[in-house]
Amino acid sequence: MTGRRSLALACFGVTLAVALTLGVSLTAEAQPPTPSDNQVNQVASELYCPVCENVPLDVCPTQACAQWRELIREKLAAGWSDAQIKQYFVTQYGDRVLATPPAHGLNWLVYVLPPVAILIGVGILAGVLRSWRREPVPMSDAPAGAEDPYVRQMEEELQRRERGD
Amino acid sequence: MVEETAIEPTHDGELKPDRIEAGRRFTWGTGAVWLLVLAFLLLLFFGLRRTQEGPIQMGSPAPQFSLTTFDGQVFDTTEMRGQVILVNFWASWCIPCEQEAAELQQAYANYKDRGVVFVGVNYVDTEPEARDYMGRFEIAYPNGPDLGTRISQAYRIRGVPETYIMSANGDLVEAKIGPYVSLDEIQASLDRALAATAE
Repeated sequence: MTGRRSLALACFGVTLAVALTLGVSLTAEAQPPTPSDNQVNQVASELYCPVCENVPLDVCPTQACAQWRELIREKLAAGWSDAQIKQYFVTQYGDRVLATPPAHGLNWLVYVLPPVAILIGVGILAGVLRSWRREPVPMSDAPAGAEDPYVRQMEEELQRRERGD
Repeated sequence: MVEETAIEPTHDGELKPDRIEAGRRFTWGTGAVWLLVLAFLLLLFFGLRRTQEGPIQMGSPAPQFSLTTFDGQVFDTTEMRGQVILVNFWASWCIPCEQEAAELQQAYANYKDRGVVFVGVNYVDTEPEARDYMGRFEIAYPNGPDLGTRISQAYRIRGVPETYIMSANGDLVEAKIGPYVSLDEIQASLDRALAATAE
């Protein structure tokens, strides 16, 4: 009798333990973990608040930016991806919230101008180097300017002076 | 030494054809670079001109806009022609906005039956905080978010709060940069706008 009671108690204990374990794990699965500050800041670092120009959202100290970071935390907790959150902010506040401007309209210049400028610079440099490497014009044996009447006249004048004429 | 310097130009003048060709290529390259620099300067000029534009001139047509309010209604200024429209830019994080919020609501209650329409444009804000702000000050006139900051850009606002009043024919007649200091100040602005409409 005592053995049966012990067995029943043991079975009850095991069942309770299993039920509790399952319950705890199910509760944990039902509540998604709160996104950490690092996760929030990772998204925030790619956004800029229009109120605080040139200050990334992750380090901006204003109340407006604190609200935005909290909004990011809520969206992350709701299972939104980084891209979805960024798109939400663009819809709400415009393209200028993005750290990297989207490649459309005049924004293309940001991506096109630097490589084009570099290519042109390389081209100019190559041209200059090529002209430096080009062989110099061979000098004839004749004295410099021998064919130039003005130089010839000057040479003759010098020679005359040397002779003491 | 002097002789060498005097003679050099004569030799340089006798360029070979391949040198002349190299010179031409360099000219084209220089032209392209100058063109790029010019284009860049033009862009910079127009960009700066746009950012340095001051506030909208009084008497000029006010930018018309459409806004979906927090209640889901569409507020379109073009459909409000014939009435004076007060446009208030605000945000829940803006402390100076709180100074005028109650007075604006009071002015709305006093003027809503006198041909004056109020609309609040919520600038760079989050909806829960904006709704909380409206509840705190019991704001009853239409309010909605400035999606994409299009309206605030059209009005070239520098911050919040800013308030603009357009006459019944759509011209800008009053502008207040910063918060109104009293209900009397708001009402005086509205009276002037109504008087301008009546003329």
